[in-house]
Amino acid sequence: MATIYIDDKPYEVPTGKNLLEAVLTLGKDLPYFCWHPAMGSIGACRQCAVKVYKDENDTKGKLFMSCMEQVRDGMRISIADMEAKEFRAHVIGWLMTNHPHDCAVCDEGGSCHLQDMTVMTGHNYRAYRFDKRTYINQYLGPFINHEMNRCIQCYRCVRYYKDYAGGKDLDVFAAHNHLYFGRHEDGVLESEFSGNLVEVCPTGVFTDKTLKQHYTRKWDLTMAPSVCHHCSLGCNISAGERYGTLRNITNRYNGEVNGYFLCDRGRFGYEHVNHVGRIRKPLVRAQLPEATDKLTALQAAAAAFRTGSVIGIGSPRASLESNFMLKTLVGDDNFHHGVSDTDHDLVGLALKILKEGAAPTPSMREVEQADAVFILGEDLINTAPMLALAVRQSVRKQPALEHISKANIPVWQDAAVRELMQNEMGPLFIATIQDTKLDEIATHTYNDSPDAIARLGFAVANFIHADFPEVQGLNEDELQLARQIADTLLAAKKPLVISGTHCGSERVLMATANIANALVAKEKEAGIVLTLPECNSMGLAKLGGHRLESAFEAILNGYADTVIILENDLYRRANAGIVTNFLKTAKNVIVIDHLHNATTEEADVLLAAGTFAEADGTLVNNEGRAQRFFQVYPTSEDLQESWRWLGELGTLLAHDRISHWHGFDDILQAMVKEQPELKGIEAVAPGTDFRIAGQKIPRAPHRFSGRTAMQADINVSEPKPPVDPDAPLSYTMEGYRGQPPSSIIPFFWAPGWNSAQATNKYQQEVGGHLKGGDPGLRLIKPDTSKTEPYTQTVPQKFQPLEGHLYMLPLHHIFGSEELSMHSPPIVERAPEPYVLLNEEDAIQMKLQVGENLSFTIEGQVYQVPVKISPHLRSGTAGLPAGLPGIPYAELPAWAILNRELKWKQQPQTTY
Amino acid sequence: MFSLLRSMWLTFLHAFHKRETIQYPEQKAILPTRWRGRIVLSRDPDGGERCVACNLCAAACPVDCIALQATEDETGRRYPEFFRINFSRCIFCGFCEDACPTYAIQLIPDFEMGEYNRQNLVYEKKDLLINGQGKYHGYNYYKVAGLAIGGKGKGEAENEAPPVDIKSLIP
Repeated sequence: MATIYIDDKPYEVPTGKNLLEAVLTLGKDLPYFCWHPAMGSIGACRQCAVKVYKDENDTKGKLFMSCMEQVRDGMRISIADMEAKEFRAHVIGWLMTNHPHDCAVCDEGGSCHLQDMTVMTGHNYRAYRFDKRTYINQYLGPFINHEMNRCIQCYRCVRYYKDYAGGKDLDVFAAHNHLYFGRHEDGVLESEFSGNLVEVCPTGVFTDKTLKQHYTRKWDLTMAPSVCHHCSLGCNISAGERYGTLRNITNRYNGEVNGYFLCDRGRFGYEHVNHVGRIRKPLVRAQLPEATDKLTALQAAAAAFRTGSVIGIGSPRASLESNFMLKTLVGDDNFHHGVSDTDHDLVGLALKILKEGAAPTPSMREVEQADAVFILGEDLINTAPMLALAVRQSVRKQPALEHISKANIPVWQDAAVRELMQNEMGPLFIATIQDTKLDEIATHTYNDSPDAIARLGFAVANFIHADFPEVQGLNEDELQLARQIADTLLAAKKPLVISGTHCGSERVLMATANIANALVAKEKEAGIVLTLPECNSMGLAKLGGHRLESAFEAILNGYADTVIILENDLYRRANAGIVTNFLKTAKNVIVIDHLHNATTEEADVLLAAGTFAEADGTLVNNEGRAQRFFQVYPTSEDLQESWRWLGELGTLLAHDRISHWHGFDDILQAMVKEQPELKGIEAVAPGTDFRIAGQKIPRAPHRFSGRTAMQADINVSEPKPPVDPDAPLSYTMEGYRGQPPSSIIPFFWAPGWNSAQATNKYQQEVGGHLKGGDPGLRLIKPDTSKTEPYTQTVPQKFQPLEGHLYMLPLHHIFGSEELSMHSPPIVERAPEPYVLLNEEDAIQMKLQVGENLSFTIEGQVYQVPVKISPHLRSGTAGLPAGLPGIPYAELPAWAILNRELKWKQQPQTTY
Repeated sequence: MFSLLRSMWLTFLHAFHKRETIQYPEQKAILPTRWRGRIVLSRDPDGGERCVACNLCAAACPVDCIALQATEDETGRRYPEFFRINFSRCIFCGFCEDACPTYAIQLIPDFEMGEYNRQNLVYEKKDLLINGQGKYHGYNYYKVAGLAIGGKGKGEAENEAPPVDIKSLIP
């Protein structure tokens, strides 16, 4: 700690920071543009000037850019000094000379850093009388809108896009006062993290194109703290609603999980909430009209329940509470996981490895600190995008740690550090089934079948620690690579292995566990990260339940005749023929879901569930972190949370336990009591009765407008504001105006800070953890004593089969996830159906790119156009997972090639 | 005694003063143009809707009686999809007119808005939009804004230089 004097008052600040960070951490207001806590300082905008004095006798002082000054003990500075103030006002005056008169039609208005800073410096009137510079805008794809006139040349966009996120297609062009930030030509921004430009840009050059379709100012949004449902990482988001539809998703800072950024699937994949295919009323198929009210539907479900013997099918995309309610209602023996058997086994194994393995799972912030990374079988950009971004930071930071101490440069001196590093990158090894977008920063890549990847992993573990099983029959290159990886991981201080369920191989997971255990046995501070298929896969695994296959057997063999399916499209979990047979055989099918799909078509009773924006619940992410998401806006009583439907059904059936639970808190208490594994989730967020100064936390900002006119067209007498029985949050602007606890921050706002930059005011230290600790609670503690090999069985070499292809799942950030594929901009970015073939295989089969390949997997016939990759192993092929247009098959699986030539000639059928 | 008579005399003299009372409704009062009465939405000199749906009036409204939703035409010109004022809540403070960056929303000297049914005091855009510029003539927001809309490209607004040729190196 150092003592600095700001305007003659002493303050204690941590050393090693720059002055701007220190001043902001103290809660003072100092304007800035080019500096960003995640990206460091470059001193480009000259906005954060302060006076620095030599000693207490110095009355004159010198102007310094605070973001470029290291904190020194005994330093004397002045923020309020007249000369410094005038300087800052002038700088913003110059920045504004070309800024258009656009605020009224600009999407950034109301959450604009430039507006805030202009007000803060007091620059009120334009002094520049001459013409304004203008630019032609570019088309940047379905996510981002470009309005270049508004640019103030802070360089944040290119520093984020190129340096931080590794994008290639956004840059700065032209010269002097004509700088242009954009692409070399119109086109879709390629980066999967382009949405963050919206929040990184201090003004309205890059804005959210999906928000533009239903534009609402930040002050008019009803916002709630939520958790992204589009992958297993559980990034924190803030969802905003107006007039009953979801308007946008913004980042909700969590120092441990997502930090300042989100991926594009998370940010733009929300439109399923507003989709025309939403189920908004319960349906009972036996009557006309089918759409009915809540009570009729509940009675129909209860009648089916009373007469039959019931099984329940849970879902990895439903909250823990909903799954638990279903499990309680149907009984432990009748609760089945609504996931494919491959996923069931893989997630179970991943949970076991995390619980019984010796290495802990680092959070994403800790992943950024890792100094050697080995990825096995995961195409991270497509399966866990934000983790890929974290790995990128680790690769970027690793060489800096070493060099900086020698070069005497502070870490935050971004430009200098970058100059020093040049293209040097930290160690990263990637072993995947095909090439990935992270390959460009990898030290070495290895593409082969999952078994070969597992064998490489086992070999690495063996080289790290001789007690671990040896691998026979590796070739020279593989041995050399394994040794290189082992040496690098051993040389690192915090080595990290990453794997997951997405290549569908248990052996890869076991190999990863072996490496992690071997590293811990060598007393390394090793970490293991396993990615999972869906947002609550981990929660469902922790809850426990039977396989989906046994649910099918129960119905088909007549042990049960009624099934309740919770938020699950079974046609994405098992072979279509089996599922159809299953649903037809079941006497009563009760489905609770929020979107119409093939499964809901077969439902006898369909109950309208709330999406993540219309429900409260808890999710457990891949690291075992339980996180609460809150309802954003109230719904009609015909549409409610799944757990509430199940609770009401239980009450109607006079269930001995459920009928005693009243509300969300009771369910949480019961869940913790009955599932000791989940202990702690009741403390993830404050309870329903939590109040500050007797008040709830408001979801709407204090300047929320139109309350007495919004519904005046229906009835001029305003209804009573809706009450939320499940959360300590109110749906209106009434409530406590100070900072709420970190887990229930609906939006970031501070006086004078309307943009997302207000996050600074909520952090213990700028860029650090939120005040009161980051939200979320880890449920898994590793067992550090168990450092023996996880398994001794090493898989055999992969052998291609004549007339067959080993079909592997390929994941796509845009396309593989079910819910985000209801967002038009995401659909626009998704690939067309294809099958990926090895180059040589394609030549052998006489297939060109675009020609159809016909094959059969477990009786399901496919005919899809071919794409060719040199990286895929010969004898294997790749099929996009979850992509609409490609029927479900449990992958990996052997595909039987259909050799009949006539298939090739026929036009492709659409499924 | 004297003061009593004086008062009566002065009152009597008032019988010969000029009448202040107006025989409303037969006779209408002449109100100053800055009188804050009924709210209208005006059009720019070219006949386009002046309102750009920036939401500032709604934010400024102390009784929150303005609600609107922004939308855009195919050329990027923003306008309100709906614009609703609940006059049964309006206090005619004129903050909305102050806040309006485009002179779209104006308070005019008309106060005859009485209704028997309160629901009729909810005015939609069709009730608010007039076919003229109202009190402020000659202002066209899109002529000074940097945004390109139909009929006005980049660099064609007032005080704007033509678009930069980013390939040029000439200073």
